[in-house]
Amino acid sequence: MHFDLVSPEKSVASIEVDAVDLPGVEGDMTAMDGHLPMLTSLRPGFVKARVGGDETRYVVAGGFVEITADSVTVLADEVFPEEEFTTPVLDDLVSRLEETASTKEMQEKDKAEKRLGDAISLRSQISH
Amino acid sequence: MPSLKDLKIRIESVKSTRKITKAMQMVAAAKLRRAQEAAERARPYSEKMDKVVTNLASSFQGEGSAPKVMSGSGSDQVHLLIVATAERGLCGGFNSSIVRLARQHARNLIGQNKQVKILTIGKKGREQLKREFESYFIDHVDLTQYKIIRFSIAQEIGEKVLDLFEHNEFDVATVFFSRFQSVITQDPTAQQIIPVEVKEDNGEKGFYDFEPDETELLVDLLPQAIINHIFTALLENAASEQGARMSAMDNATRNAGEMIDKLTIVYNRSRQAAITKELIEIISGAEAL
Repeated sequence: MHFDLVSPEKSVASIEVDAVDLPGVEGDMTAMDGHLPMLTSLRPGFVKARVGGDETRYVVAGGFVEITADSVTVLADEVFPEEEFTTPVLDDLVSRLEETASTKEMQEKDKAEKRLGDAISLRSQISH
Repeated sequence: MPSLKDLKIRIESVKSTRKITKAMQMVAAAKLRRAQEAAERARPYSEKMDKVVTNLASSFQGEGSAPKVMSGSGSDQVHLLIVATAERGLCGGFNSSIVRLARQHARNLIGQNKQVKILTIGKKGREQLKREFESYFIDHVDLTQYKIIRFSIAQEIGEKVLDLFEHNEFDVATVFFSRFQSVITQDPTAQQIIPVEVKEDNGEKGFYDFEPDETELLVDLLPQAIINHIFTALLENAASEQGARMSAMDNATRNAGEMIDKLTIVYNRSRQAAITKELIEIISGAEAL
């Protein structure tokens, strides 16, 4: 299946893959050939593109994904290739999310806080 | 008739002007390439985003209440005009053509007794609109500190606009910018961004599953789409500005060249005239002896 990973500033990947692991907002999922057409939003986490035994990991800061039977398109708010993804980058992301969370109200605040929580747990995964 | 010395000074000054315009043209050419590349790189995201929004909106029809940014606030009394221009001049008609379009639009709306609010991006447009519309200005975004257009800039502007919309400060938002066609042509464009205009379904109906449900997804997706529209406008504007500057400076360089040629001819003529005059004086002096 075809896998596209695009951010607003550039297209990060456009390759053929066997499967893609996605950090869906309501739980992780894996998209393979013949997947049910689906639209969902993403939480901060890893997108893993698998080709044969190889796996390429990207970190997204949130976004949306469109899955069809033969393609996966990730519209990420921000993408970091794994090698660029270091704790300082994440600290920056966390502090930005903290700032957003503090300005929002009600439902919006819940959402922003949830994203913040996801980013923090992601940071703890990386630093191990 | 100016003296030989004056002419010489004049020619030198035009020559140095030509050097400057030539340099500016080359700088603009380099910047244009970079701006075009940036616009090119951003295209896949915009295309995919449009597709997803269309898909989502078309499968949404009739179910529940659409988010406000899509259905509108139910009125079109207050219009927000976002006028995006450059921070610098010397780029031909680039700034003026955007301002002209915005001005027409604003006059039209005022003529229809609608309320107008103006948000300017880039100081050139602000200066030009100031005389007629200063009382309508609500905010200004300064781009001088940014060397390249990052998504975060658009995000900041977009959030500001969305916030105003949330607080019922306006009903319709339109962004004015110049679409880049080529170095010679830039197309001033007015694009409505709020309420979101949904393109007609192209028949390619997707039966999607949504997670979370349609409404919630739309609520998340639409602001992102609006911000992306602003981002695209800024990128197009950046490329157009450099394109316009490049052709303006190319013209200026050519004009300076022509002027140098003309002045050189005048200079040579007067030099010859001076020589002839001296000769005549010598000859007639000799004859008189």
